[in-house]
Amino acid sequence: MSASSAFNDEKGGSSSVGEPEYGHDPASGGIFSSDYKRHDDLKEMLDSNKDSLKLEAMKRIVAVIIHIIWNSIFFFIGMFCSHCSSLQVKKLVYVYLVRYAEEQQDLALLSISTFQRGLKDPNQLIRASALRVLSSIRVTIIVPIMMLAIKEAASDMSPYVRKTAAHAIPKLYSLDPEQKDQLIEVIEKLLADKTTLVAGSVVMAFEEVCPERIDLIHKNYRKLCNLLIDVEEWGQVVIINMLTRYARTQFLNPNMNESLLEEGSGGDRTFYGSDEDEDEDEEEKEKKAETPAMAKRKPYVMDPDHRLLLRNTKPLLQSRNAAVVMAVAQLYFHLAPKAEVGVIAKALVRLLRSHSEVQYVVLQNVATMTIKRRGMFEPYLKSFYIRSTDPTQIKVLKLEVLTNLANETNISTILREFQTYIKSMDKDFVAATIQAIGRCATNIGEVRDTCLNGLVQLLSNRDELVVAESVVVIKKLLQMQPEKHSDIIKHMAKLTDNIQVPMARASILWLIGEYCEHVPKIAPDVLRKMAKSFTNEEDIVKLQIINLAAKLYLTNSKQTKLLTQYVLNLAKYDQNYDIRDRARFIRQLIVPTEKSGALSKYAKKLFLALKPAPVLESPFKDRDHFQLGSLSHLLNAKAGGYQELPDWPEAAPDPSVRNVEVPEWTKCSSREKRKEKKVEKPFYSDSEGESGPTESADSGNFSWLLSDSASGSESGSGSEESASRSESEESEDGSESEEEEEEEEEEKEKKKKKKELKKPVQESERKCSFHANVYQPSLYNWALVSMTLHLVLCLQTIAPSSALKNYELLHRITGEGLSVEYCFSRQPFSPDANMVAVQMQFTNNATADTKNLHIEDVKLQSGMRVKEFSEIELLPAGETATAVMGIDFCDSTQAANFQLCTHTRKFFVSIQPPVGELMRPVFLTENEFKKEQGQLMGMNEITEKLTLDMKCRNEHTIVQRVTTAANLSRVPCGSDKEFAGRTVSSSSLVLVTVATKEEGAAQLTVNCEKMVIGTMLVKDILLALTQ
Amino acid sequence: MIHSLFLINHTGDIFLEKHWKSVIGRSVCDYFFEAREKAVEPENVPPVLQTPHHYLISIYRGKLFFLSVIQTEVPPLFVIEFLHRVADTIQDYFGECSEGVIKDNVVTVYELLEEMLDNGFPLATESNVLKEMIRPPTILRSVVNTLTGASNVGDTLPTGQLSNVPWRRVGVKYTNNEAYFDVIEEIDAILDKSGTTVFAEIQGVIEACVRLTGMPDLTLSFMNPRLLDDVSFHPCVRFKRWESERVLSFIPPDGNFTLMNYHVSSQNLVAIPVYVKQSISFFETGPCGRLDITIGPKQTMGKTVEGLMVTIHMPKAVLSANLTATQGTYTYDLATKVLVWDIGKLNPQKLPNLKGSLTTQAGTPKPEDNPSLNIDLKIQQLAISGLKVSRLDMYGEKYKPFKGVKYLTKAGKFQIYIYMFIFLENLMSYLLFEWLQCVLKHSI
Repeated sequence: MSASSAFNDEKGGSSSVGEPEYGHDPASGGIFSSDYKRHDDLKEMLDSNKDSLKLEAMKRIVAVIIHIIWNSIFFFIGMFCSHCSSLQVKKLVYVYLVRYAEEQQDLALLSISTFQRGLKDPNQLIRASALRVLSSIRVTIIVPIMMLAIKEAASDMSPYVRKTAAHAIPKLYSLDPEQKDQLIEVIEKLLADKTTLVAGSVVMAFEEVCPERIDLIHKNYRKLCNLLIDVEEWGQVVIINMLTRYARTQFLNPNMNESLLEEGSGGDRTFYGSDEDEDEDEEEKEKKAETPAMAKRKPYVMDPDHRLLLRNTKPLLQSRNAAVVMAVAQLYFHLAPKAEVGVIAKALVRLLRSHSEVQYVVLQNVATMTIKRRGMFEPYLKSFYIRSTDPTQIKVLKLEVLTNLANETNISTILREFQTYIKSMDKDFVAATIQAIGRCATNIGEVRDTCLNGLVQLLSNRDELVVAESVVVIKKLLQMQPEKHSDIIKHMAKLTDNIQVPMARASILWLIGEYCEHVPKIAPDVLRKMAKSFTNEEDIVKLQIINLAAKLYLTNSKQTKLLTQYVLNLAKYDQNYDIRDRARFIRQLIVPTEKSGALSKYAKKLFLALKPAPVLESPFKDRDHFQLGSLSHLLNAKAGGYQELPDWPEAAPDPSVRNVEVPEWTKCSSREKRKEKKVEKPFYSDSEGESGPTESADSGNFSWLLSDSASGSESGSGSEESASRSESEESEDGSESEEEEEEEEEEKEKKKKKKELKKPVQESERKCSFHANVYQPSLYNWALVSMTLHLVLCLQTIAPSSALKNYELLHRITGEGLSVEYCFSRQPFSPDANMVAVQMQFTNNATADTKNLHIEDVKLQSGMRVKEFSEIELLPAGETATAVMGIDFCDSTQAANFQLCTHTRKFFVSIQPPVGELMRPVFLTENEFKKEQGQLMGMNEITEKLTLDMKCRNEHTIVQRVTTAANLSRVPCGSDKEFAGRTVSSSSLVLVTVATKEEGAAQLTVNCEKMVIGTMLVKDILLALTQ
Repeated sequence: MIHSLFLINHTGDIFLEKHWKSVIGRSVCDYFFEAREKAVEPENVPPVLQTPHHYLISIYRGKLFFLSVIQTEVPPLFVIEFLHRVADTIQDYFGECSEGVIKDNVVTVYELLEEMLDNGFPLATESNVLKEMIRPPTILRSVVNTLTGASNVGDTLPTGQLSNVPWRRVGVKYTNNEAYFDVIEEIDAILDKSGTTVFAEIQGVIEACVRLTGMPDLTLSFMNPRLLDDVSFHPCVRFKRWESERVLSFIPPDGNFTLMNYHVSSQNLVAIPVYVKQSISFFETGPCGRLDITIGPKQTMGKTVEGLMVTIHMPKAVLSANLTATQGTYTYDLATKVLVWDIGKLNPQKLPNLKGSLTTQAGTPKPEDNPSLNIDLKIQQLAISGLKVSRLDMYGEKYKPFKGVKYLTKAGKFQIYIYMFIFLENLMSYLLFEWLQCVLKHSI
């Protein structure tokens, strides 16, 4: 408003620069059409030193370009301003530059240097906006500069700049398609980006530049799936659409078995022949299955990646953005197994509440879906009922959906509804309704007669459109089985007495003529009546009377010969030349004379040829070969740039292409671990050893997986999955799985339990969020491995609380043979009560002895102290030794860093305590507990609601899990599960209460003077209880 | 993606155009004007049009057409949704989305469009981010601006785009911290002549107005969340918490926003707050008919029904209406044939009634199409579905916010079928009656 008021003052008078104005439209007259006379002062203003003046001038200029194709005298002034410091001026200059750069290329080049400077700015936002403007200047000469800038920005520190780089890619591509190869490199790089900010934009660039390079997606597929929920909504749409296409090329049809059954025996040798050397494991199975019988085919197992996509997109159905909902809906429609597609119906029905344009698009898509999957929308039938306030195009589409949904059970309700519609004021809509009734009648045999009767009655409607439509529909219906409906034809014959609408009369006459054989007695009588009133009829009726007469003459010449002659004679002298012509023509054709020639022989064939029954089918049939939700689908024509939705592959391509490298050392660590376990009985619980090291190692790598704070529970499961991922990779060579089996046998005492637990675990794993992760074992390929994994998982849950968690301090590889693990022994550290005891276990895996193990160069946060363990003088090859050291963490989870030294090497290591280890148990009675709790209210109390894990509903497990997570002792006889402890350094009380309610709901309360400890503890215990 | 945008007023003038890629001539709009003419009503213009070289996707909002030009395949909903977002943003900034307002603020609108799309792909559509870059005009600011020559373009660079919560700007400060939630429910219903519900459902929306300092983390819980059948959320709501605990946990955007939309399933019986007794009849002889409508309360849960309004689309043949209303006023628009009866508050002791005669065009056949009766109403302090907010908790900040929840029930698309009687019925209506019976027989 300030802007407009500003240039309102300026205007008036006539133009001094005699440029012709373009598009002088009256509507915008007030503001734009008057000329700006003081252009010279604009120039001065821009040259001035004051930012405010420059701004004023720029505002005027921008206001002008909005409406008028204008001369370029200000362009060079823009150059000066682009050096200006004020952000406001800059922005307006940019708007101007981008708009006119194409027309004023030379001048635009002058400003490039400014942007190049901007690209180096320390502020990320300035870097981004410089790149944005630079790439928007459509001048071919600067392509190399843009390319360079994009490449640089693609590796920028700031994700925002990288996002801008992704945006710039399509701009450059449209400017110069020859840069494609280089741009693909950038896209590949940006696709690997792990931030949500970049993901949407880069996929958009991918779609515009190289949608055919599906191979670039493989490595990023799982990441994209997992990031999806946090990407901004516009990006989500693009990613989902792209992933739909991707999934169509990579996975098998989940409805394969059904569709094959439908097709009959389709699959034989060629079905599987293509990928002989792709997957050995799979292929073997398939070879067996190849034997002809279909029944023997191995059941379809969904690729876990396929499942991942479906699961991660489902929550987006709840998005407020209709485009996102539609994208998910089409993804489910094209990719999900039949049984699961239903979930999208509710969301789509919700969109019908939105703006009418949204409804229009959604209904088009629903119409297509209802043809294939009618059952899905049947429960929502009433949502498609039509309101008189709907725009006509919406009404017609809703009608289409209702028609598609009609079946034997609901047809009566639908017909009743249609009846209301027939009385609507909107005649186009009434016509559409009549057609819909006709279609219902064709599709559902039982109501055909009812519909027909109803339609016949509509013939007497005053509105011609309605009548014409009814006649057309009746005609179609009758053509299907005319012999059954002679009574309707009779009925219609009767109607000729009453109905005055010429169109209807004409239609009835046509029908009688066409089916005169079915009404042999009535037809001549109708003709008689018509002959009587011939002169008073409308022209179209007259034509049909002639038509009827001709047909009757051919079939029943005895009775009608004279009548026909009479009618033809009347017509001969009619005022209308059409009718005269027709009469002459017909007379020649049907009345045999010596001159009539060959044609009259064929008169009967000409007039009474069997007309094919018209097919009544939905205009939306077969539209689903277009990707739903796309422009092409809506228009039912291929739009430019439309990417075909590929057919399902007959055999799945190698799923391992999507595997992402797990950092090398993690992989071998788990392998080593297992081997170690085999050789020597470990003192720690088996399961802990499995997941412990990987967990600590992986959490760093995969922290980006955590969508928000609430998903803390996922990190644990995520790393477990990743452990299994590495396992599965190993097992490809087949040897590893055997080892694991042996390993299982070693634990004989637990074996029975395992077997019982196997199934529930498998199921619960499916339910809970484990699968929400990238790293999944391909279940059917490595069934054995995953079974083992399940065992490990259940072992972990039933592991006794006394088992202490082991952490890795030094890995065997990095330690050149020396591996060190530590655990928090939970014993009081005798030399200093304020220290946490850390028990270390040294294993010498090397061939040579290790000497003089000790600690050096301890780096600590202020206040922290370390009591070193006494030097281990000799650790022979293959031997193990333990030592205990004390660390005072000062009640913080800061890591203690130090060097572990041997006689030859020094290793930097660090110990970071989980918060639960920073306390020691204290004994409190219930009363004391309550009293203490009362003093630690308000800020010191943190309450969190949670749902307990299925396996953790009984008191025993809860207690076990809490005490495992934190070094606390239970308050005896407490009504709730109460735990107490004190922090080691400052002896602050830590009180934990777990109150359980029905159905696994529970409330966790932590009271602690130290709020930081409290918050962290809540997180840890939550994790322990919900997992 | 989106190539250009044209804003067109209802008389068919293009009053603003913006191109994100190379410039496309205005002549492309001619195809649209053609379709616009064909459609008669502006609502009936197909949202998607195909021209030889371009595709036109348009929306109709506030008597304006937002017409975008597309060159290649793009999901149409993507464009439609974006155009609505543009209209929403303009409304958010200037209070309404109309031609006058846009012309008055043309530079700001232009700047907004520039920020919202980059090369045709949406860049910043969150109102919080946009407001940081381009400040919405206020009276005070416009005064200050004219005096000092400052503009609405923010001096600071927006940081919202960089954070993990792109919908909230950082460094929000208020002296009064408050969070208000409006639970607004709309009843969509179709009743037949006898008052039986053909179809009814409740659509609800929670509008929030949150002005809280810092980065608050709110949790809104309901007494009876199971009522909610289908929901859609603002992106700030954590979906997982909803799935597991049925509470809304979110870091709110600053200012006004729509927190969630919900739908109460039709399995639950929907209370219909009013009933309508109506009869409209036409005499076969003579150019007149009669109309008699009475409205009374049905299930109002003890609250008063306010803002009651009845709209009837009369058959085209009805020339004028000579009626008397016991309460409120009525108007009959001769051009559109719409009868509006504005009643106001519904008094259960004295039911409002509208009675009188209708004049039809002499010589024309009697109307045979059914008028429809639409009802508008409001009930304060009531969510008709029975939904109740139980509590709002705040984490992450230490102050005590002022909290408030308001409930409101409105009639959405509330429609009643009317069957007219035409005395001395002609054959047609007789036959229709016959058919109706026939259908019913078959259906049972």
